[in-house]
Amino acid sequence: MTQPPWRRERREQFPGVPAWSLATSRLAPEEFGVSRLEEVTREWAWGDDGTGPADGAGVRVCVLDTGVDASHPRVGHLDRSLVVADDGGDLTVVDCDPADPVGHGTACAGVIRSIAPAVSLTSVRVLTDGRSGSGAALLAGLRWAVEEGFDLVNLSLSTTRSQFLPELHELADRAYFRRCLLVAAAHNMPVVSFPWTFSSVISVASHDEPDPMTYYYNPAPPAEFYARGVRVRVAWRGGREIRSTGNSFAAPHITGMCALALSRHRWMTPFQLKSVLYLAASNVVVSKGDAHVRA
Amino acid sequence: MSVPERRSDSEITERRLLQSTVEVARHVFASAAASVFLVDQETGELVFEAVSGEGEKHLVGTRFPSGTGIAGWVAASGQPMIADEVTAVPQFAHDAAESTGYVPHSIMAAPVIREESCIGVLEVLDRSSDWRGELADVDLLAMLAAQAAYGLELLLRLRRSEAALPAAAGGDDVHLLLQRISDRVPRGAGAADPTALKLLAVAEELLH
Repeated sequence: MTQPPWRRERREQFPGVPAWSLATSRLAPEEFGVSRLEEVTREWAWGDDGTGPADGAGVRVCVLDTGVDASHPRVGHLDRSLVVADDGGDLTVVDCDPADPVGHGTACAGVIRSIAPAVSLTSVRVLTDGRSGSGAALLAGLRWAVEEGFDLVNLSLSTTRSQFLPELHELADRAYFRRCLLVAAAHNMPVVSFPWTFSSVISVASHDEPDPMTYYYNPAPPAEFYARGVRVRVAWRGGREIRSTGNSFAAPHITGMCALALSRHRWMTPFQLKSVLYLAASNVVVSKGDAHVRA
Repeated sequence: MSVPERRSDSEITERRLLQSTVEVARHVFASAAASVFLVDQETGELVFEAVSGEGEKHLVGTRFPSGTGIAGWVAASGQPMIADEVTAVPQFAHDAAESTGYVPHSIMAAPVIREESCIGVLEVLDRSSDWRGELADVDLLAMLAAQAAYGLELLLRLRRSEAALPAAAGGDDVHLLLQRISDRVPRGAGAADPTALKLLAVAEELLH
Protein backbone atom coordinates (compact mmCIF):
# COMPACT_ATOMS: atom_id res chain seq x y z
CA MET A 1 0.00 0.00 0.00
CA THR A 2 1.34 3.42 -0.85
CA GLN A 3 2.01 5.82 1.96
CA PRO A 4 -0.92 8.22 2.50
CA PRO A 5 0.07 11.89 2.00
CA TRP A 6 -0.03 12.70 5.73
CA ARG A 7 2.42 9.95 6.65
CA ARG A 8 5.07 11.05 4.16
CA GLU A 9 8.37 12.38 5.45
CA ARG A 10 8.27 16.15 5.65
CA ARG A 11 10.56 17.65 2.99
CA GLU A 12 13.69 19.42 4.02
CA GLN A 13 13.66 23.13 3.28
CA PHE A 14 16.83 24.37 1.65
CA PRO A 15 17.77 26.44 -1.41
CA GLY A 16 17.10 24.61 -4.64
CA VAL A 17 13.99 22.74 -3.46
CA PRO A 18 10.58 24.14 -4.47
CA ALA A 19 8.63 25.63 -1.56
CA TRP A 20 5.09 24.78 -0.53
CA SER A 21 2.88 26.22 -3.26
CA LEU A 22 1.08 24.19 -5.95
CA ALA A 23 0.27 25.46 -9.48
CA THR A 24 -3.34 24.30 -9.31
CA SER A 25 -4.09 25.78 -12.75
CA ARG A 26 -1.89 23.03 -14.17
CA LEU A 27 -1.74 20.36 -11.45
CA ALA A 28 -4.77 18.91 -9.70
CA PRO A 29 -4.53 18.71 -5.93
CA GLU A 30 -4.09 15.16 -4.61
CA GLU A 31 -7.27 13.22 -3.94
CA PHE A 32 -8.30 12.50 -0.38
CA GLY A 33 -11.39 11.31 1.54
CA VAL A 34 -13.70 14.08 2.64
CA SER A 35 -17.10 14.91 4.08
CA ARG A 36 -18.71 18.31 4.55
CA LEU A 37 -19.87 17.01 7.93
CA GLU A 38 -23.44 18.17 7.30
CA GLU A 39 -24.91 14.85 8.34
CA VAL A 40 -22.85 14.37 11.49
CA THR A 41 -24.68 13.06 14.52
CA ARG A 42 -23.65 10.60 17.18
CA GLU A 43 -25.39 7.92 15.15
CA TRP A 44 -23.34 8.89 12.10
CA ALA A 45 -20.14 8.92 14.16
CA TRP A 46 -20.31 5.40 15.61
CA GLY A 47 -23.89 4.10 15.50
CA ASP A 48 -25.22 1.03 13.73
CA ASP A 49 -24.72 1.45 9.98
CA GLY A 50 -26.30 -1.89 9.10
CA THR A 51 -23.15 -3.85 9.97
CA GLY A 52 -23.51 -3.18 13.70
CA PRO A 53 -22.22 -0.35 15.88
CA ALA A 54 -18.60 0.81 15.44
CA ASP A 55 -16.16 -1.13 17.63
CA GLY A 56 -12.78 0.49 16.99
CA ALA A 57 -11.55 -2.34 14.71
CA GLY A 58 -8.46 -1.43 12.72
CA VAL A 59 -7.65 1.63 14.83
CA ARG A 60 -4.25 1.61 16.56
CA VAL A 61 -4.05 3.23 19.98
CA CYS A 62 -0.90 3.81 22.00
CA VAL A 63 -1.17 4.24 25.79
CA LEU A 64 1.75 6.24 27.20
CA ASP A 65 1.66 5.55 30.93
CA THR A 66 2.95 3.18 33.62
CA GLY A 67 2.76 0.11 31.38
CA VAL A 68 -0.26 -2.14 30.86
CA ASP A 69 -0.94 -5.54 32.39
CA ALA A 70 -1.99 -7.52 29.30
CA SER A 71 -3.41 -10.37 31.38
CA HIS A 72 -6.04 -8.17 33.03
CA PRO A 73 -9.52 -9.24 31.88
CA ARG A 74 -10.52 -5.62 31.27
CA VAL A 75 -7.57 -5.13 28.91
CA GLY A 76 -8.13 -8.34 26.97
CA HIS A 77 -5.25 -8.16 24.56
CA LEU A 78 -2.19 -6.01 23.99
CA ASP A 79 -0.52 -5.80 20.57
CA ARG A 80 2.83 -4.73 21.92
CA SER A 81 4.42 -3.61 25.17
CA LEU A 82 7.42 -1.28 25.30
CA VAL A 83 9.35 0.79 27.78
CA VAL A 84 11.53 3.88 27.52
CA ALA A 85 14.91 2.64 28.72
CA ASP A 86 17.96 4.65 29.67
CA ASP A 87 20.79 3.29 27.56
CA GLY A 88 23.80 5.07 29.03
CA GLY A 89 22.19 8.50 28.81
CA ASP A 90 20.32 7.82 25.55
CA LEU A 91 16.63 7.10 25.92
CA THR A 92 15.50 4.25 23.70
CA VAL A 93 12.15 2.52 23.31
CA VAL A 94 12.50 -1.25 23.71
CA ASP A 95 10.11 -4.19 24.01
CA CYS A 96 9.30 -5.38 27.52
CA ASP A 97 6.97 -7.71 29.43
CA PRO A 98 3.35 -6.55 29.36
CA ALA A 99 3.33 -5.60 33.05
CA ASP A 100 2.32 -2.53 35.05
CA PRO A 101 3.96 -1.99 38.46
CA VAL A 102 1.45 0.72 39.41
CA GLY A 103 -1.88 -0.11 37.77
CA HIS A 104 -2.66 3.27 36.23
CA GLY A 105 -1.84 2.42 32.62
CA THR A 106 -3.86 -0.79 32.96
CA ALA A 107 -6.80 1.31 34.18
CA CYS A 108 -6.58 3.61 31.13
CA ALA A 109 -6.23 0.71 28.69
CA GLY A 110 -9.25 -0.98 30.30
CA VAL A 111 -11.38 2.15 29.84
CA ILE A 112 -10.42 2.41 26.15
CA ARG A 113 -11.22 -1.29 25.63
CA SER A 114 -14.61 -0.90 27.37
CA ILE A 115 -15.63 1.79 24.85
CA ALA A 116 -13.95 0.36 21.72
CA PRO A 117 -13.75 -3.43 22.22
CA ALA A 118 -11.98 -4.25 18.92
CA VAL A 119 -9.32 -1.54 19.08
CA SER A 120 -5.64 -2.46 18.82
CA LEU A 121 -3.75 -1.43 21.99
CA THR A 122 -0.03 -0.86 22.49
CA SER A 123 1.60 0.25 25.73
CA VAL A 124 4.70 2.39 26.15
CA ARG A 125 5.82 2.75 29.75
CA VAL A 126 7.18 6.26 30.23
CA LEU A 127 6.73 6.58 33.98
CA THR A 128 9.45 4.25 35.05
CA ASP A 129 11.26 5.20 38.21
CA GLY A 130 8.49 7.00 40.07
CA ARG A 131 10.44 10.21 40.06
CA SER A 132 9.26 13.38 38.48
CA GLY A 133 11.45 14.89 35.79
CA SER A 134 10.43 12.07 33.50
CA GLY A 135 9.50 14.63 30.83
CA ALA A 136 12.40 13.29 28.77
CA ALA A 137 10.91 9.78 28.84
CA LEU A 138 7.51 11.18 27.89
CA LEU A 139 9.10 12.93 24.90
CA ALA A 140 10.99 9.81 23.81
CA GLY A 141 7.87 7.64 24.09
CA LEU A 142 5.70 10.16 22.30
CA ARG A 143 8.20 10.62 19.48
CA TRP A 144 8.28 6.85 18.99
CA ALA A 145 4.46 6.64 18.94
CA VAL A 146 4.17 9.45 16.36
CA GLU A 147 6.83 7.86 14.13
CA GLU A 148 5.13 4.46 14.40
CA GLY A 149 1.98 5.96 12.92
CA PHE A 150 -0.54 5.28 15.68
CA ASP A 151 -3.97 6.76 15.02
CA LEU A 152 -4.47 7.79 18.65
CA VAL A 153 -2.19 8.33 21.64
CA ASN A 154 -3.69 8.41 25.13
CA LEU A 155 -1.77 10.72 27.45
CA SER A 156 -3.17 10.73 30.98
CA LEU A 157 -0.11 12.65 32.11
CA SER A 158 1.66 15.92 31.49
CA THR A 159 4.90 17.69 32.30
CA THR A 160 5.41 20.98 34.14
CA ARG A 161 9.01 21.37 32.87
CA SER A 162 9.23 24.34 30.53
CA GLN A 163 12.52 22.99 29.12
CA PHE A 164 10.45 20.39 27.22
CA LEU A 165 7.93 22.90 25.89
CA PRO A 166 9.42 23.72 22.43
CA GLU A 167 10.18 20.10 21.55
CA LEU A 168 6.83 18.87 22.81
CA HIS A 169 5.06 21.59 20.86
CA GLU A 170 6.82 20.61 17.66
CA LEU A 171 6.08 16.94 18.24
CA ALA A 172 2.38 17.62 18.90
CA ASP A 173 2.14 19.62 15.66
CA ARG A 174 3.96 16.88 13.78
CA ALA A 175 1.53 14.28 15.17
CA TYR A 176 -1.41 16.45 14.13
CA PHE A 177 -0.28 16.67 10.52
CA ARG A 178 0.46 12.93 10.38
CA ARG A 179 -3.10 12.19 11.56
CA CYS A 180 -1.93 10.89 14.88
CA LEU A 181 -4.28 12.45 17.42
CA LEU A 182 -3.07 13.00 20.97
CA VAL A 183 -5.79 12.78 23.62
CA ALA A 184 -4.49 14.33 26.83
CA ALA A 185 -5.90 14.57 30.34
CA ALA A 186 -6.25 18.17 31.52
CA HIS A 187 -3.95 18.79 34.49
CA ASN A 188 -6.11 19.17 37.59
CA MET A 189 -3.60 21.38 39.41
CA PRO A 190 -3.18 25.14 39.53
CA VAL A 191 0.08 24.91 37.55
CA VAL A 192 1.20 25.44 33.96
CA SER A 193 1.76 22.14 32.14
CA PHE A 194 1.58 20.54 28.69
CA PRO A 195 0.92 19.03 26.15
CA TRP A 196 -2.77 19.09 27.17
CA THR A 197 -2.87 22.89 26.72
CA PHE A 198 -1.85 22.71 23.03
CA SER A 199 -4.52 23.33 20.38
CA SER A 200 -3.16 20.41 18.31
CA VAL A 201 -4.33 17.88 20.93
CA ILE A 202 -7.71 16.99 22.43
CA SER A 203 -7.77 17.84 26.12
CA VAL A 204 -10.17 16.20 28.51
CA ALA A 205 -11.36 17.03 32.02
CA SER A 206 -13.98 15.20 34.12
CA HIS A 207 -17.72 15.46 34.53
CA ASP A 208 -19.35 13.66 37.43
CA GLU A 209 -22.07 11.63 35.72
CA PRO A 210 -22.01 7.83 35.54
CA ASP A 211 -22.71 7.26 31.82
CA PRO A 212 -19.46 6.36 30.00
CA MET A 213 -20.72 7.69 26.63
CA THR A 214 -21.91 11.06 27.97
CA TYR A 215 -19.44 13.84 27.24
CA TYR A 216 -19.66 17.59 26.87
CA TYR A 217 -17.94 20.21 24.77
CA ASN A 218 -16.49 23.05 26.84
CA PRO A 219 -16.79 26.37 25.01
CA ALA A 220 -14.12 27.84 27.32
CA PRO A 221 -10.96 25.78 26.61
CA PRO A 222 -8.09 24.74 27.07
CA ALA A 223 -9.97 21.73 28.51
CA GLU A 224 -12.08 21.11 25.39
CA PHE A 225 -14.22 18.18 26.53
CA TYR A 226 -15.62 16.80 29.77
CA ALA A 227 -15.90 13.01 29.94
CA ARG A 228 -16.64 10.53 32.68
CA GLY A 229 -13.93 10.79 35.34
CA VAL A 230 -15.66 10.34 38.71
CA ARG A 231 -16.10 7.04 40.52
CA VAL A 232 -15.07 5.06 37.46
CA ARG A 233 -14.65 1.33 38.00
CA VAL A 234 -11.24 0.64 36.50
CA ALA A 235 -8.75 -2.19 36.14
CA TRP A 236 -5.82 -2.08 38.55
CA ARG A 237 -2.69 -3.96 39.46
CA GLY A 238 -2.86 -7.72 40.04
CA GLY A 239 -6.03 -8.37 38.03
CA ARG A 240 -8.13 -6.29 40.43
CA GLU A 241 -10.50 -3.36 40.06
CA ILE A 242 -10.90 -0.13 42.01
CA ARG A 243 -13.28 2.79 41.80
CA SER A 244 -11.33 5.85 40.92
CA THR A 245 -11.64 9.59 40.23
CA GLY A 246 -9.38 11.80 38.12
CA ASN A 247 -8.99 13.37 34.69
CA SER A 248 -6.66 10.43 33.98
CA PHE A 249 -9.77 8.30 33.50
CA ALA A 250 -11.74 10.90 31.54
CA ALA A 251 -9.15 11.06 28.71
CA PRO A 252 -9.37 7.33 27.82
CA HIS A 253 -13.15 7.62 27.50
CA ILE A 254 -12.64 10.19 24.73
CA THR A 255 -9.80 8.12 23.24
CA GLY A 256 -12.23 5.20 23.03
CA MET A 257 -14.90 7.32 21.33
CA CYS A 258 -12.32 8.68 18.86
CA ALA A 259 -11.40 5.07 18.05
CA LEU A 260 -15.07 4.26 17.37
CA ALA A 261 -15.47 7.23 15.04
CA LEU A 262 -12.17 6.54 13.25
CA SER A 263 -13.00 2.87 12.72
CA ARG A 264 -16.18 3.98 10.97
CA HIS A 265 -14.65 6.92 9.05
CA ARG A 266 -10.99 6.19 8.41
CA TRP A 267 -10.41 9.32 6.33
CA MET A 268 -10.85 11.76 9.17
CA THR A 269 -8.10 14.24 9.99
CA PRO A 270 -7.54 15.30 13.62
CA PHE A 271 -9.44 18.54 12.99
CA GLN A 272 -12.34 16.68 11.41
CA LEU A 273 -12.39 14.20 14.26
CA LYS A 274 -12.42 17.07 16.73
CA SER A 275 -15.33 18.62 14.83
CA VAL A 276 -17.20 15.30 14.91
CA LEU A 277 -16.62 15.05 18.66
CA TYR A 278 -17.94 18.59 18.99
CA LEU A 279 -21.03 17.91 16.86
CA ALA A 280 -21.81 14.64 18.67
CA ALA A 281 -21.28 16.06 22.19
CA SER A 282 -24.14 15.70 24.68
CA ASN A 283 -24.58 19.47 24.99
CA VAL A 284 -24.45 20.27 21.28
CA VAL A 285 -27.88 20.27 19.67
CA VAL A 286 -28.85 20.81 16.06
CA SER A 287 -31.71 23.19 15.42
CA LYS A 288 -32.60 24.85 12.13
CA GLY A 289 -29.65 23.13 10.53
CA ASP A 290 -27.03 24.71 12.81
CA ALA A 291 -25.28 23.28 15.87
CA HIS A 292 -25.62 25.14 19.16
CA VAL A 293 -24.06 24.59 22.53
CA ARG A 294 -26.84 24.08 25.02
CA ALA A 295 -26.28 25.93 28.28
CA MET B 1 21.02 35.89 64.73
CA SER B 2 23.82 33.74 63.32
CA VAL B 3 23.43 31.94 60.03
CA PRO B 4 23.23 28.38 61.44
CA GLU B 5 20.52 29.54 63.87
CA ARG B 6 18.56 31.10 61.07
CA ARG B 7 18.85 27.95 59.02
CA SER B 8 17.52 25.72 61.76
CA ASP B 9 14.80 28.32 62.22
CA SER B 10 13.72 27.85 58.62
CA GLU B 11 13.82 24.08 59.13
CA ILE B 12 11.43 24.44 62.07
CA THR B 13 9.18 26.64 59.91
CA GLU B 14 9.19 23.97 57.21
CA ARG B 15 8.16 21.32 59.75
CA ARG B 16 5.38 23.58 61.00
CA LEU B 17 4.22 24.39 57.49
CA LEU B 18 3.98 20.69 56.56
CA GLN B 19 2.32 19.78 59.85
CA SER B 20 -0.19 22.61 59.50
CA THR B 21 -0.94 21.48 55.93
CA VAL B 22 -1.79 17.93 57.03
CA GLU B 23 -3.81 19.19 60.03
CA VAL B 24 -5.89 21.43 57.77
CA ALA B 25 -6.36 18.64 55.21
CA ARG B 26 -7.42 16.16 57.88
CA HIS B 27 -9.93 18.57 59.40
CA VAL B 28 -11.38 19.90 56.16
CA PHE B 29 -12.06 16.38 54.91
CA ALA B 30 -12.88 14.98 58.38
CA SER B 31 -10.55 12.15 57.43
CA ALA B 32 -8.89 9.34 59.35
CA ALA B 33 -5.46 10.66 58.40
CA ALA B 34 -3.62 13.12 56.22
CA SER B 35 0.07 13.03 55.34
CA VAL B 36 2.74 14.68 53.26
CA PHE B 37 5.43 12.66 51.51
CA LEU B 38 8.46 14.32 50.00
CA VAL B 39 10.44 12.65 47.21
CA ASP B 40 14.03 11.81 48.17
CA GLN B 41 15.88 13.41 45.26
CA GLU B 42 18.71 10.85 45.50
CA THR B 43 16.73 7.62 45.59
CA GLY B 44 13.28 8.65 44.35
CA GLU B 45 11.75 7.13 47.49
CA LEU B 46 8.71 8.73 49.09
CA VAL B 47 9.35 9.77 52.70
CA PHE B 48 6.61 10.55 55.24
CA GLU B 49 7.41 14.10 56.41
CA ALA B 50 4.26 15.00 58.36
CA VAL B 51 1.26 12.96 59.49
CA SER B 52 -1.99 13.88 61.22
CA GLY B 53 -4.33 11.18 62.56
CA GLU B 54 -3.70 7.46 62.05
CA GLY B 55 0.01 6.76 62.24
CA GLU B 56 1.08 10.22 63.41
CA LYS B 57 3.10 8.72 66.28
CA HIS B 58 5.36 6.49 64.23
CA LEU B 59 5.14 7.16 60.49
CA VAL B 60 7.32 10.25 60.06
CA GLY B 61 10.57 9.20 58.40
CA THR B 62 9.14 5.97 56.95
CA ARG B 63 10.13 5.39 53.32
CA PHE B 64 8.34 3.84 50.37
CA PRO B 65 10.03 2.62 47.20
CA SER B 66 9.54 4.93 44.21
CA GLY B 67 6.74 4.45 41.73
CA THR B 68 4.49 2.27 43.86
CA GLY B 69 0.92 2.75 44.98
CA ILE B 70 -1.38 5.69 44.52
CA ALA B 71 1.13 8.18 45.95
CA GLY B 72 3.78 6.83 43.58
CA TRP B 73 1.57 7.40 40.56
CA VAL B 74 0.64 10.90 41.72
CA ALA B 75 4.32 11.80 42.26
CA ALA B 76 5.32 10.45 38.86
CA SER B 77 2.46 11.89 36.83
CA GLY B 78 1.76 15.10 38.71
CA GLN B 79 -1.99 14.32 38.49
CA PRO B 80 -4.25 14.23 41.54
CA MET B 81 -6.56 11.23 41.92
CA ILE B 82 -8.97 9.41 44.22
CA ALA B 83 -9.02 5.65 44.64
CA ASP B 84 -12.04 4.20 46.46
CA GLU B 85 -12.72 0.66 47.64
CA VAL B 86 -9.01 -0.01 47.81
CA THR B 87 -9.50 -2.63 50.51
CA ALA B 88 -10.92 -4.80 47.74
CA VAL B 89 -7.35 -4.97 46.41
CA PRO B 90 -5.42 -7.35 48.67
CA GLN B 91 -2.09 -5.92 47.50
CA PHE B 92 -3.05 -2.43 48.69
CA ALA B 93 -4.33 -3.68 52.00
CA HIS B 94 -1.21 -5.76 52.50
CA ASP B 95 1.20 -2.95 51.56
CA ALA B 96 -0.61 -0.38 53.65
CA ALA B 97 -1.01 -2.64 56.66
CA GLU B 98 2.62 -3.65 56.57
CA SER B 99 4.00 -0.15 56.28
CA THR B 100 1.49 2.01 58.15
CA GLY B 101 -0.55 -0.30 60.37
CA TYR B 102 -3.73 1.17 58.92
CA VAL B 103 -5.82 -0.14 56.03
CA PRO B 104 -7.81 2.66 54.37
CA HIS B 105 -11.00 2.27 52.39
CA SER B 106 -10.24 5.26 50.19
CA ILE B 107 -7.15 7.27 49.26
CA MET B 108 -7.06 10.78 47.79
CA ALA B 109 -3.74 12.29 46.74
CA ALA B 110 -2.43 15.41 45.01
CA PRO B 111 1.11 16.34 43.93
CA VAL B 112 3.17 19.05 45.60
CA ILE B 113 4.74 20.88 42.65
CA ARG B 114 7.56 23.34 43.26
CA GLU B 115 9.59 25.12 40.62
CA GLU B 116 8.24 22.94 37.77
CA SER B 117 8.89 19.60 39.45
CA CYS B 118 6.87 17.37 41.72
CA ILE B 119 8.65 17.21 45.06
CA GLY B 120 6.02 15.37 47.04
CA VAL B 121 2.47 14.19 47.59
CA LEU B 122 -0.33 15.30 49.91
CA GLU B 123 -2.52 12.32 50.77
CA VAL B 124 -5.83 11.99 52.65
CA LEU B 125 -7.10 8.63 53.89
CA ASP B 126 -10.80 7.87 54.37
CA ARG B 127 -12.31 11.32 54.01
CA SER B 128 -15.80 11.23 55.46
CA SER B 129 -17.48 14.33 54.07
CA ASP B 130 -18.96 13.36 50.74
CA TRP B 131 -21.40 16.26 50.46
CA ARG B 132 -19.02 18.24 48.27
CA GLY B 133 -18.57 15.49 45.71
CA GLU B 134 -15.35 14.04 44.32
CA LEU B 135 -14.55 16.82 41.86
CA ALA B 136 -14.73 19.52 44.54
CA ASP B 137 -12.69 17.31 46.91
CA VAL B 138 -9.94 16.87 44.33
CA ASP B 139 -9.91 20.61 43.58
CA LEU B 140 -9.66 21.50 47.26
CA LEU B 141 -6.87 19.01 47.92
CA ALA B 142 -4.99 20.30 44.85
CA MET B 143 -5.25 23.85 46.18
CA LEU B 144 -3.98 22.81 49.61
CA ALA B 145 -1.07 21.01 47.96
CA ALA B 146 -0.30 24.10 45.87
CA GLN B 147 -0.34 26.31 48.96
CA ALA B 148 2.10 23.98 50.72
CA ALA B 149 4.30 24.02 47.63
CA TYR B 150 4.46 27.84 47.59
CA GLY B 151 5.42 27.86 51.27
CA LEU B 152 8.16 25.31 50.61
CA GLU B 153 9.39 27.33 47.64
CA LEU B 154 9.76 30.45 49.77
CA LEU B 155 11.67 28.49 52.41
CA LEU B 156 13.94 27.01 49.76
CA ARG B 157 14.75 30.48 48.44
CA LEU B 158 15.44 31.69 51.97
CA ARG B 159 17.82 28.79 52.55
CA ARG B 160 19.60 29.41 49.27
CA SER B 161 20.19 33.04 50.12
CA GLU B 162 21.36 32.06 53.61
CA ALA B 163 23.69 29.45 52.20
CA ALA B 164 25.23 32.06 49.93
CA LEU B 165 26.16 34.30 52.88
CA PRO B 166 28.51 32.42 55.26
CA ALA B 167 30.91 31.33 52.53
CA ALA B 168 32.69 34.70 52.62
CA ALA B 169 35.01 35.50 55.48
CA GLY B 170 34.38 38.58 57.59
CA GLY B 171 30.63 38.60 57.03
CA ASP B 172 30.18 40.66 60.19
CA ASP B 173 32.58 43.42 59.06
CA VAL B 174 30.54 46.01 57.21
CA HIS B 175 33.57 47.38 55.29
CA LEU B 176 34.56 43.93 54.03
CA LEU B 177 30.96 43.25 53.05
CA LEU B 178 30.67 46.54 51.12
CA GLN B 179 33.99 45.90 49.43
CA ARG B 180 32.86 42.43 48.41
CA ILE B 181 29.58 43.76 46.98
CA SER B 182 31.51 46.43 45.11
CA ASP B 183 33.91 43.82 43.72
CA ARG B 184 31.14 41.54 42.55
CA VAL B 185 29.14 44.18 40.70
CA PRO B 186 30.82 44.80 37.35
CA ARG B 187 31.26 48.45 36.43
CA GLY B 188 29.31 49.76 33.47
CA ALA B 189 27.30 46.52 33.27
CA GLY B 190 24.03 48.35 32.68
CA ALA B 191 21.07 48.72 35.02
CA ALA B 192 21.34 46.76 38.26
CA ASP B 193 18.43 44.77 39.67
CA PRO B 194 15.94 47.38 40.99
CA THR B 195 15.13 45.33 44.10
CA ALA B 196 18.83 45.04 44.96
CA LEU B 197 19.25 48.78 44.51
CA LYS B 198 16.35 49.50 46.84
CA LEU B 199 17.72 47.10 49.45
CA LEU B 200 21.13 48.78 49.28
CA ALA B 201 19.51 52.20 49.73
CA VAL B 202 17.69 50.87 52.81
CA ALA B 203 20.95 49.37 54.11
CA GLU B 204 22.68 52.71 53.66
CA GLU B 205 20.08 54.42 55.81
CA LEU B 206 20.30 51.77 58.49
CA LEU B 207 24.10 51.89 58.62
CA HIS B 208 24.26 55.66 58.79
